[in-house]
Amino acid sequence: MQRIITINIKRYDPETEEVSISAYKVETEQDATILDILNFLNEHKQAAISYRFSCRMSICGSCGAMVNGRPTLMCSTFIRDLPDEITVEPMRNFPVIRDLVVDTDNAMDKMRDALPYTSFVSKKSKKPIKQTPEELEKLKQTSQCIKCMLCYSACPVYAVDEEFIGPAATATAYRYDQDTHDEVKEERMDSLTSKDGVWKCSFVGECSDVCPKNVDPALAIQKMKIMGVLHTTKKLIKPSKSKT
Amino acid sequence: MEIIQEHDVLIVGGGAAGLRAAIAAAEKNPRLSIAIISKVYPTRSHTVSAEGGIAAALDKGDTIRSHAKDTIKGSDYLADQDAVEFFVKRAKEEVLLLEQWGCPWSRKEDGDIAVRAFGGMSKKRTVFAADKTGFFMLHNLFERTLAHDNIHRYDEWFVTKLLTDSKGATGVVAIDQKEGEMVALAAKAVIMCTGGAGKMYLNTTNGAIKTGDGMALAYNEGALLKDMEFMQFHPTALPKTGILITEAARGEGGYLYNAKGERFLERYVPHKMELGPRDLISRAINTEYKEGRGFKGPYGNYVHLDIRHLGEKKINEKLPQIRELAKDFMNVDPVYKPIPVTPTQHYTMGGIHTNIKGETNIPGLYSAGEAACVSINGANRLGSNSLAECLVFGAEAGTAAANYCRRIKLRNPSRKKLSDEKKRIESVLTNKGKESPYKIREDMQKVMDQYAGIVRTEKELSKGIIKIRELQKRFKKIGLSQSNMVFNSQLINTLELEAMLTLAETLLISAKARKESRGAHFRSDYPERNDEKFLHHITISKGPRTPKVTHVPVPITKWQPEVRSY
Ligand SMILES: Cc1cc2nc3c(=O)[nH]c(=O)nc-3n(C[C@H](O)[C@H](O)[C@H](O)COP(=O)(O)OP(=O)(O)OC[C@H]3O[C@@H](n4cnc5c(N)ncnc54)[C@H](O)[C@@H]3O)c2cc1C
Ligand code: SF4
Ligand code: FES
Repeated sequence: MQRIITINIKRYDPETEEVSISAYKVETEQDATILDILNFLNEHKQAAISYRFSCRMSICGSCGAMVNGRPTLMCSTFIRDLPDEITVEPMRNFPVIRDLVVDTDNAMDKMRDALPYTSFVSKKSKKPIKQTPEELEKLKQTSQCIKCMLCYSACPVYAVDEEFIGPAATATAYRYDQDTHDEVKEERMDSLTSKDGVWKCSFVGECSDVCPKNVDPALAIQKMKIMGVLHTTKKLIKPSKSKT
Repeated sequence: MEIIQEHDVLIVGGGAAGLRAAIAAAEKNPRLSIAIISKVYPTRSHTVSAEGGIAAALDKGDTIRSHAKDTIKGSDYLADQDAVEFFVKRAKEEVLLLEQWGCPWSRKEDGDIAVRAFGGMSKKRTVFAADKTGFFMLHNLFERTLAHDNIHRYDEWFVTKLLTDSKGATGVVAIDQKEGEMVALAAKAVIMCTGGAGKMYLNTTNGAIKTGDGMALAYNEGALLKDMEFMQFHPTALPKTGILITEAARGEGGYLYNAKGERFLERYVPHKMELGPRDLISRAINTEYKEGRGFKGPYGNYVHLDIRHLGEKKINEKLPQIRELAKDFMNVDPVYKPIPVTPTQHYTMGGIHTNIKGETNIPGLYSAGEAACVSINGANRLGSNSLAECLVFGAEAGTAAANYCRRIKLRNPSRKKLSDEKKRIESVLTNKGKESPYKIREDMQKVMDQYAGIVRTEKELSKGIIKIRELQKRFKKIGLSQSNMVFNSQLINTLELEAMLTLAETLLISAKARKESRGAHFRSDYPERNDEKFLHHITISKGPRTPKVTHVPVPITKWQPEVRSY
């Protein structure tokens, strides 16, 4: 079914530093996505709008933006679910580089603080290691994170404090912590319980609301807090052996 | 333009192949300075969308010999048999290595790695992580790179030129998209891991970034491209969007039906049915269309992929993403309805000619992954071999480049080349032509769909060449409206288009030169395979005016070419 919509796109030109809105009336199918419409405008209307995208199947995590005020992936946001007037803005909480392209480097770099690996040095053992479906189940939810950074865009703590490790990095830390192959638990907990770690979360839960992959980072943060309390208490009683 | 940094090994591309190469080089020598430069953040690379799985003969009762044999038969005997024998052995090791790194391979009840059936494989040997195998692998590899302090990254830098001198590769020129600047990086070795070139076609399962840049960059500096005529068409993608419905849907037991309700594959691959190889199934569907037995939809013909009989539980467990995608993009819940599917461009078998170490004909230039052509895929890749290929040959190239660095000194790229490149990009930006890159791109894609599709003829290929050359001329008259270089999507898309126009020509010329039918290359004017004349790879390189066609032999170790039937 065809429909006519108005799409307002927030623009930013880095050369002139001007912010503006480009409005287009578009005749579209109900099954089109916001991404389809932006591509159409660029390819046929010389709109020259900058935005990131690639997979168009909600798995590469490139295309985050605010659509009618909500952080979402543009490639899986369908016209059929939206009113006739649509506003597309860059993701909140990040500096805008151009149009809908924002600078997420700061949030992305937090992945390092999650120590997202099972060991510091990989071993050359060629023997398979068993892992039961039940063991795998424990990391199933948090391993779905596509690093789209929508959760950072929704996080009220990150909005005012960009030092906070934040939702996705914590979810990723939890994912590795739960892995039966993991050998860096202590070091990772040290990182997660440092001053910019999980304690800063005020448990608003916005991150889990916007997550397109149902990762539930808020839950992962809560679990990490509980594990963090145990970890720090244990350390108070028994000082770390590695640093002597 | 400045040379802003020097590295030992510079890897272009942050997909499975590039990341694996970086880790291998870093492990080989922790003192080396290694860098990954990628036009998108590595986790956005198209490896992320691989669904079905990765082949490795791990299961009890399976053998690497059987994996090798299936791969060679699947390739229509054009795979290099020494490379395949090496590959099947190493694939197992790589899957176990990723297991240690925490890649969440799906499991059997007893905790062993599970395997599923895939087309053209005589045993269940496709290891998987639900139906998001590429996603899980890519993130796991990316995260593993963070354990290495000597792996540097340049995210969202677009490489515009490979730098070489008389002794070989010396670095690259790139656009730092965030800063909107052109910069140069010097390196002792460069590894091209830039992926395939599916975006030459309109109907493709590939994401927007799969534009073959690295193949064109290497070709422009004198590297040989190989097997460019072989493009894989996947039998089951959604019409219009081209979104892939993984072969695992058939591996898990799905059926294909034509509009008459027949499981038509009986007529084409009676012993394998839905698990036949992709080239034969895509062609079978094409024949069904021609003979009027396809469903007719708003976006052309299609057939039905039916997985209803698997039941909701199994679908949710083994094919969750497929269910989501079909619901979102097709309005079809496969638990209750068959999924409309149609053959669609999927995988670039050809690429930069390398040996098993990833070495090219240019010293210091290596390549791995879909951008490279070793070749283990020959005329038709078996599904799930390419993720394995990315790991095996990514690792080999990384190790070989690390070793090469010990032997040579860094040479600075020539100043003149840097300033010439800067001028070239500036002229693209400021050109005042009337042509739109998007219009030319669409025209190119239509030409490729029409003239270099599943069935080809001499006449159509010749027409295709003429049309692509016309588009190359029109390309010179492009005019852009965005002028600075900060995330300038028009500029990037224009440079990608230039690469594709180069590659499209090499594909058509190679396809015209291969006057036989083999694997994915089907010529209705030469419908038979001709081993006497064409059991060799066609290589193509840049000539003074037009591309130059040459040959290299296919090493045969154990398996003599036979009639290929399934
Ligand atoms: C939908 C789909 C499903 C698939 N499923 C399977 C499967 O189940 N099993 C299987 O074995 N195979 C599968 N394949 C094939 C497989 O996924 C790919 O062949 C493989 O992932 C390619 O990996 P790569 O590392 O070579 O390239 P890519 O993952 O494509 O990465 C290319 C990299 O190069 C970078 N790059 C490119 N050009 C430039 C430039 N100019 N400057 C800087 N950087 C650049 C990109 O940023 C990117 O990081 C599938 C393919 C598709 C399309
Ligand atoms: S946790 Fe969810 S919202 Fe946050 S980056 Fe991961 S997928 Fe995106
Ligand atoms: S384009 Fe990949 S997630 Fe939207």
